[in-house]
Amino acid sequence: MSRHFTRRGVLKSGAVAGAGLALPTYLRAQESGFTNAPTGDTVILGFNVPQTGAYADEGADELRAFQLAVEHLNGEGDGGMLQTFSEQNLDGTGILGKRVDYVTGDTQTKSDVARASAQSMIQKDGAIMISGGSSSGPAIAVQALCQEAGVIFMAGLTHSNDTTGKDKKANGFRHFFNAYMSGAALPPILAEQYGTDRRAYHLTADYTWGWTQEESIKAATEALGWETANTVLTPVGAGDFSSYITPVLQSGADVLILNHYGGDMVNSLTQAVQFGLRDRQVNGKNFEIVVPLYSELMAAGAGEAIKGIYGSMNWNWQLQDAGTQAFTRSFGEKYGFPPSNAAHTCYVQTLLYADAVTRAGSFNPCAVVEALEGRTGGSGSLEGIDSASNEGFLFDGMGNGPTLYRAADHQCFKDVLVVRGAENPTTPYDNLEIVEVTPVEQVWYEPDHPQFAGGDLGECNPGA
Amino acid sequence: MDAIILQILNGLDKGSAYALIALGLTLIFGTLGVVNFAHGALFMIGAFCAVTLNALLGMSHQVEDPTRTDFLGNPLQVDVPYVQDIFGEALGASIIDWAVPLSILLAIPVMLLIGLVMERGLIRHFYKRPHADQILVTFGLAIVLQEIIKAIYGANPIPTPAPDAFRGSVDFGQWLGFQAGSIIYPVWRLVYFFFSALIIAGVFAFLQFTTFGMVVRAGMADRETVGLLGIDIDRRFTLMFGIAAAVAGLAGVMYTPILSPNYHMGMDFLVLSFVVVVVGGMGSLPGAVLAGFLLGILQSFASMNAVKSLLPGIDQIIIYLVAIAILLLRPRGLMGRKGVMEE
Repeated sequence: MSRHFTRRGVLKSGAVAGAGLALPTYLRAQESGFTNAPTGDTVILGFNVPQTGAYADEGADELRAFQLAVEHLNGEGDGGMLQTFSEQNLDGTGILGKRVDYVTGDTQTKSDVARASAQSMIQKDGAIMISGGSSSGPAIAVQALCQEAGVIFMAGLTHSNDTTGKDKKANGFRHFFNAYMSGAALPPILAEQYGTDRRAYHLTADYTWGWTQEESIKAATEALGWETANTVLTPVGAGDFSSYITPVLQSGADVLILNHYGGDMVNSLTQAVQFGLRDRQVNGKNFEIVVPLYSELMAAGAGEAIKGIYGSMNWNWQLQDAGTQAFTRSFGEKYGFPPSNAAHTCYVQTLLYADAVTRAGSFNPCAVVEALEGRTGGSGSLEGIDSASNEGFLFDGMGNGPTLYRAADHQCFKDVLVVRGAENPTTPYDNLEIVEVTPVEQVWYEPDHPQFAGGDLGECNPGA
Repeated sequence: MDAIILQILNGLDKGSAYALIALGLTLIFGTLGVVNFAHGALFMIGAFCAVTLNALLGMSHQVEDPTRTDFLGNPLQVDVPYVQDIFGEALGASIIDWAVPLSILLAIPVMLLIGLVMERGLIRHFYKRPHADQILVTFGLAIVLQEIIKAIYGANPIPTPAPDAFRGSVDFGQWLGFQAGSIIYPVWRLVYFFFSALIIAGVFAFLQFTTFGMVVRAGMADRETVGLLGIDIDRRFTLMFGIAAAVAGLAGVMYTPILSPNYHMGMDFLVLSFVVVVVGGMGSLPGAVLAGFLLGILQSFASMNAVKSLLPGIDQIIIYLVAIAILLLRPRGLMGRKGVMEE
C-alpha cells in the first residue's frame, strides 16, 4: 500500500504537531501522571522572590540562600546543613540523581505579579516546585496557584496566620513561624519586662499579615491583663507616619505595638522615636515600643531606633547549634555577611523538599506531600505535647531544634526566638540579641484554633 | 486643642515638602511650559546626596581588634573613618554627625548640574511636542533615575540621622502655655519647616528683587516679547530649571532624617505635588506654596482617628477629592491666572 502525502494532509499534521508543542509543559506532562515530570537529567525549581520593590533586599537574601541550597544539593561547596540534617538522604548528587537547576521570578511584593511570575515558571520553564516569599499576600496567592497547577509550594518568608489557616492548601508547606506564635512567645517576656498593667496602642499594616498579627498580639496581651487603647490600620507604604503617631500621645497608651514590616516598620519606628515616645512617662511608667516581627534587614534600616526594642524571629545566625553554625559558615564565606532569617527559611525549605522527594522516591507532588506529612518515613511527634494533631514529619539539625511539619495543616512547629535590639552592637551584624528561645510547647496550637479557622487543606493535586 | 495643634504642625511639616517640590514644578511649567514628571526623582536624588556624603564621610579603613571576633570567629575588623584620622577623633565624629546639613553644600552644585544636563540633554527636545509626550519622556526619565539609584544603593531604606543636637523632641506645648508633655514635637521637623520657609522666601526674593528674576518673570508673562527685546530668555529658563532641580534636591536632603531615603520616595511625593500644583494653579508660584501647606494640613486632619471613624479611608483620598472639586469648580486653581487650564 502506497502512502500519498497531500498538501492538505501535511498542513493538518503540522498544525496538530505545532499545537501540541505549543501546549504549556504541564499539560504535555500529564501523560507522566503529574505536572512538569522531569524527563531529562535535570530538575527545575522556581524561586519567586521580590527582586524589585520595597522588599528587594530581603528577596536578594532569599535568592542567595536558594542558590546556596542548589549548590549544596549538587555537591558543590561545603555542603552546609546537609551534614547536620537529621535525615541523611541527600548526598550531593542532586535530587534522585538529577542535577538541580533553577529559574527565578520577580514578585515585586504584589500578589498579581507574583502569581503571574509563578505561572510563567510552571508553564514555560517547567518548574516542579515553587518557593519564595517575603510577604503573605503574594505567598497566599502563589500557594493557591500551585494547588491549581499541581506543583509543590514551599513558602519562604510569610508570617500571616492565614497561610496555614484559612488559606492553607494541600500542596503548600510553611517552615516559617506565624503571627500566633509571635503572640505566644513575646507577651510573657513583655509582662516580665513591662508588667501586666499596660495600655497598648496598635498601628497595623492594612493587609492580611497585619490583620492576623494584630489579632494574635492583641489576644495574647489582653490575656496578660493589658488593655488595648486603640487599633489603627495604616496604608502599606505610608512613608510618613507622623499623623498616625501623634494621636498616640493623647491616647493614654503606654505601649505602642507596631504591626509593620519592612520599610513601614523602619519608618514608623524611627518616627515614633523622633516624636520622643521612648522618653515619655505615661501612667507613671516608661513608654515602650514593641515590634512583634523582626528581621535583620529591618533592624539595620532602623539604625539606633531599635535599641532595647523587643520582637520575635524564626531563627537567628547567633544560635549555637551545629546546623546554624554550618549554614552561617557556608553563607558567610560565600557572601561575606551572615544570613537573615528569610534566607534561612528558604534554604531549609529547599533542602526539605529535596529530602521529601528522595524519601518518596518520586517527584509526584502527592508523593512529596505524603513524605512531608511523615507518611513515608520520618514520622514522629514533638515531645511534651499531648495532642492528637501532634504528628507529621519530624526532623532536626536545621537550626531550630526538633521541628515537626504538622500533617494536619502543613505548618512547622519549633522553638521561636524572642529578640531585642542590641544596646552596644560590636559589628553591623549583631544589632539584635537573643533574649529567649521560647519552647515549642508554648507556641503550639490546635489546627482548629479560632485564629486559623475556616480553611481546608483539601486533596493534594498532582496536576494530572 | 493640643491634638489640633499637633495635626497643624504635622500638616505644616508635610506641606513644607509638598510646597518645595511643587514650587520647582511650577517654576518649570511657568518658564518652559513642560510638565516635569521627573521632579520627584530630583527630590529623591537630593536625599541620596545626603546618603552619599554620609557614606563618604564614613569611609573607613579596618583595624584588627584581636580581643573580639566577627560572626565567623575570625578576629574582628573594626572600621576607623579616614575623617577621624585626618581631623582627630572628636572633630571627625562631629563632621560625620553633621553629614546631613553639610550635604547641602554637595547637593546645590550636583542638583544644578543634573538640572542643566536634563534640560539641555533631553527636555529641550520636547518643548514643541504635546504635553503627553513631555509627561511620557519625563516619567521614563524618572524610572531610569530611580533604577540607577537602586542599582547603586539597593532597595532598602538607608538611615541618615540628623545631627545629635537636633535628634530629640521639644515640649512645644509648654511654649504655648499647655500642660507639660501635651505637645511633643521632633526638633528636626521644626528645623525642616523653617528651612523650607527660608528656601521659599529665597526663591521669591530672587525672582522679585534681582534683574535676573525680573527678566524671568517677564519671560513667564510674555516669552516672545522678552525675546524680541534681544534678551536670551532660553538661557535664563535653562538656569531656572537648574534652580528648580536644586530646590527639589535641598528638600530631599533635609527630609532624610524624617524619612529614611529609598529609591522610590520621589514617586510617593510626585503625585501629591502635582495635585498641589493643580490646586494652587498651574504656573502660580504663590499658589503652589499656599496649596502645599493647605493640603498638608488637610491631609493631617483627615488622618485623625475621630475623622477616620466617621469616614474610613478619608485620609487616603482627601487630597484627590479636593483636586476633583477644584478642577470642576475652578479649573485654574486657587491662584492660577485666568484662562490657564480653562480653555
